[in-house]
Amino acid sequence: MTEPLISRRIGIFLALLFVVTVAVPLGNLVIAPGSTGHVPSHIVALLGKYLCYALLAVSLDLVWGFAGILSLGHGAFFALGGYAMGMHLMREIGDRGVYANPLLPDFMVFLGYSELPWFWYGFDMFWFAALMVMFVPGVLAFVFGWFAFRSRVTGVYLSIITQAMTYALLLAFFRNEMGLGGNNGLTDFRDVLGFDLTADSTRSALFVLSGLALGAGILVGRILTTSKLGKVLVAVRDAESRTRFLGYRVEHYKLFVFVVSAMMAGIAGALYVPQVGIINPGEFSPANSIEIVIWVALGGRGTLVGAALGALLVAAGKSYLTAAFPEIWLFVLGAVFILVTIFLPKGVLGLIESRRAQKRDTLVPDAKSAEAKA
Amino acid sequence: MRLVAAVVWLCISFASPGFAQTLEALMAKLPDGNFSQREEVVREIAATGDDRAAKLLEVLSEGSLHQRKSDGAILWVTGSRRDLTGADPLTGENLGPVEPRSTSAIKVNNSLRRTIRAAIGSLRLMHPDPVRRMEAAEAAFNAPDATQLEAIEAALVAEQDSDVAAALTQARAVTILETDAPLSDRVAAISVIGERGGRGALNALAGYRASDEPEIAVAAAEAVAKIERTQAMWAQVQNVWFGLSLGSVLLLAAVGLAITFGVMGVINMAHGELIMLGAYTTFVVQEFIRTSMPELFDWSLLIAAPLAFLVAGGVGVAIERGIVRHLYGRPLETLLATWGVSLVLQQLVRSLFGPSNREVGNPSWMSGAFEVGEMLVTWNRFYIILFAVAVFAGLLLLLRGTALGLQMRAVTQNRAMAAEMGIRTGRVDALTFGLGAGIAGLAGVALSQIDNVSPNLGQSYIIDSFLVVVFGGAGNLWGTFAAAFSLGIANKFLEPFAGAVLGKILILIFIILFIQKRPRGLFPQRGRAVEG
Repeated sequence: MTEPLISRRIGIFLALLFVVTVAVPLGNLVIAPGSTGHVPSHIVALLGKYLCYALLAVSLDLVWGFAGILSLGHGAFFALGGYAMGMHLMREIGDRGVYANPLLPDFMVFLGYSELPWFWYGFDMFWFAALMVMFVPGVLAFVFGWFAFRSRVTGVYLSIITQAMTYALLLAFFRNEMGLGGNNGLTDFRDVLGFDLTADSTRSALFVLSGLALGAGILVGRILTTSKLGKVLVAVRDAESRTRFLGYRVEHYKLFVFVVSAMMAGIAGALYVPQVGIINPGEFSPANSIEIVIWVALGGRGTLVGAALGALLVAAGKSYLTAAFPEIWLFVLGAVFILVTIFLPKGVLGLIESRRAQKRDTLVPDAKSAEAKA
Repeated sequence: MRLVAAVVWLCISFASPGFAQTLEALMAKLPDGNFSQREEVVREIAATGDDRAAKLLEVLSEGSLHQRKSDGAILWVTGSRRDLTGADPLTGENLGPVEPRSTSAIKVNNSLRRTIRAAIGSLRLMHPDPVRRMEAAEAAFNAPDATQLEAIEAALVAEQDSDVAAALTQARAVTILETDAPLSDRVAAISVIGERGGRGALNALAGYRASDEPEIAVAAAEAVAKIERTQAMWAQVQNVWFGLSLGSVLLLAAVGLAITFGVMGVINMAHGELIMLGAYTTFVVQEFIRTSMPELFDWSLLIAAPLAFLVAGGVGVAIERGIVRHLYGRPLETLLATWGVSLVLQQLVRSLFGPSNREVGNPSWMSGAFEVGEMLVTWNRFYIILFAVAVFAGLLLLLRGTALGLQMRAVTQNRAMAAEMGIRTGRVDALTFGLGAGIAGLAGVALSQIDNVSPNLGQSYIIDSFLVVVFGGAGNLWGTFAAAFSLGIANKFLEPFAGAVLGKILILIFIILFIQKRPRGLFPQRGRAVEG
C-alpha cells in the first residue's frame, strides 16, 4: 500500500496555510487601518515568526518523528542559519552605521577591528548568504552526524551530545573573539535586497515567504517520508538493530535525513532573523532546543503537520500568557511537557485520529503498522 | 660584628624601667645640645622600648618636632606655613592652631637621620608583640636598608620566637647584600634568600644577576632559577588543587544523577532544580537562624544538610511516583516530562523567593584561607572537597552495605527476578529516585556556599552533570568519580592557555568526540544487555 503524497490531513493544513498566507498580507496592506479585517503590522511580524517556528518544528519532526533521532540541538542549526542571514544584513547596512564605516559593521569598529575577518567575505552578496544559510548548518550536521551515527551513538546518549553541541556553540558565540557580535549578536538591520525592513510591504513579503517555506518544508518532508527511504527511516526508528541486520546502512539513512533537517532549520532561522530584527547567542541556549521538542510532541510526532501545529499553539500561548500573566507561563509550559508525555504520547493529532478510529472501531496505531511493513 | 650586637643588646636589655628615664623626660631633652648629644638622646629613646617612641622619632626625622618658645613644650607641628596645627607628639592629641614663628624646629642632620632610622628599626624589631616583630622583619626584607643592619642583628640575638628569627635571618641576608661585606658573606646571604623562595626573594635577587662581581652574579642567577622552578611547580600544584575543587563540585552535582540516570536509566532533567531546592533550603534555614537564634549560625549548614536531603528527596519521590513511574522504558519521554518538572520548580521558586540572588552566608569555620607552601587554600573549597568525597563514600556504603542498597542493585539488574524474590520493586524505585534527588539536595547545600543562589542555579549544572555521568560510564559510580575529577583538572589545566570559556568549549568537544569512540563511557557496565 502506498500512501498518497497529499493525505487528507496535509491537504487541509496546506489549504489553511495558503489562505492565511494570502489573507494576512492583504489584511495588512489593502484594508485600511481602523476598519474591520485590518491586520496590524506587528501582528504580521509576529505571525511570520510563528511560521518560522513551525518550519523549525517540521525539521525536528523529520529526524525525531521518523528516524527516532531526538536532537536536543536543533536550535543550533536554526541559529546558524539566522547568523548567516544576519551577517548579510549587517553587510547591507554599509556605511549607514553609527561609525559610517563602509566595510566594517559597527560592533567591529567598536571592538577595534582593522579589517574584516575572513569568514565575513562573500556575505555582502545575497546569493552567497542564501547558500550559507543551508550550507553551514548542513556541514555541521554532516560532520556531527557522520561521527555520531557511524559510532552508533543512539538514544539518550545522542540527545545529550547534541545538547553539549549547542551548549558549546552558545559559549563560543558569546565570545567577542568570534567576530560575530558576542553577547549582543547582530542587530540594527536596515534593509534586505534594497527593501526597507520596517516597511509594511517588506514585512508582508517576508510573511508570504515564511508561509511558502513552511508549505515547501512539509511537502519535502512528505516526499521523503512517503518514499522508500522514509520507510527505512521508520524501520530505523522502531528497530534499529533489526534494520541493520537486514542489510541497510542505517547510518547513511540517518545522516541524510539529519542533514536535510538541519538545512531546513537553517532556512527557518534565516527567515526568522529579518522579521525579528536581531540574532544573538541566546538562540543557542539548550532550553530553546528542548522547547522545540515539546512543540513536536504536543502536535504529534511523526505527522509533520502536527509538529507545525504544535509550534503555532505553543508560540501563540507563550505570546499571550507572557503578556497577560507572566508568572504562570512556565507553569503552563511545564505542565504541557508533563501532561503531553504522560497522557498524549501521540500528541493532539494522535488524539483526534484515535477518536475517529474509535468511531470506526478499528484501532490501528501508526508505529505498529509501520513495523509490520518493515 | 657579634660584639657590637652583644653590646647593643646589653644596652637595650639593661634599659629596664627601673632606672631608665621616661619617654617624656627624654623628649624634653631633645632640643638641648649639639647633634651628637641629640643622637645620644635618640638612642636612649629607642632603649625605652616604649610604644610611642617610634612615632616620636618619625616626627623628629621629618623635622616636624618643634619647641614652643614661650614655655619650652615640645609640639608636633603640621600644616602649611600660614596654617599650622600643633599636636602632642606622644598621644597625637590635637592642641589647636600654632602661631607662625612662635615655635622653633628641632633640627636634624643626615647623620642624626640615619641614627633615627636605625633606632626606629630596632624599636619595631624589638616590639613585645611577635606579630608586629614579624611585620617589621618582613618590611626590612622587602625594603633592605644598610643602616638597619645593626638593629636587625641586635634583634636577631634577642629573638626567642623561631619564626620571627627565621624572618630576621632572611632580612639580615638581604641587608648584608646592600653593604660591602666580604664576598663570602654576601654569597652566603644569597643562598639564605634563595632558601626563602617566593616572589619577595625573587625581587630581592633579580637585580644582583647583573652584578659586577661574577661570584655574586652567578650565585644570584642560580638562586633565581631555583626559585622560579619552585614557583612553576607550585603553579602546577595550584592548578591541580583548583581542578580538584572544580571536580568536587562536578562530583556533587553529578553523583545524584549517577543514581537516577546511571543506575535507574531515568533521564532526570529536573536534577539541577533539585540542587537548587537544596540551596534554597539552606537559605531558609539560615534566615530562620538569623532571626530567631543567631548563636547557631555556625551550625546552619549542618542543620540544613539533612533538611535539604529530605526536601529534595521528598520532591524526588513525588516526581517518581507521579510522573516517572508511568514512563519506564521510554527514556526520551522521561527527559521531556522531567524538563517540564524543572520549569515548574524554577517558576515556583521564582514566585516564592523572587528572581534575584539570595544571600547565603559562610559560617565562620568556612571563611578565610590557609597557606600550603606557596599556595593559598580557602576553607570553603577545602570543606567542599571533603564533603563531596564523604557523600560519595556514604553512597557507596549504602549501595554495598545495606539491605536497601542490595535491593536497589537487584531491581536494576533484573526487575522481574527481584519481584519474584519478594522485593517491592515500586517502593525500591521510589526510594532509589528519592536517594538520587536527596543527594542533589545535599549538593545544593554545598554549592550555596560558592555559587549564586537564584532560580537559575540548577540550569548551570544540568549539562555538566550529564556529561560527567556519560563520560564516566552510566551505572558506574567510580566512573562518575573519575570523570568528575579528571574533567575538573583538565579544565583547570586548559584555562591558562585557552581562557575559561574556550577551555570549557574544548572540554565539551573532547567529550563529544570521546563518546563517539566509547559510547558507553570510560568504564562501561559489563553485561549482556543490548539495545533492542
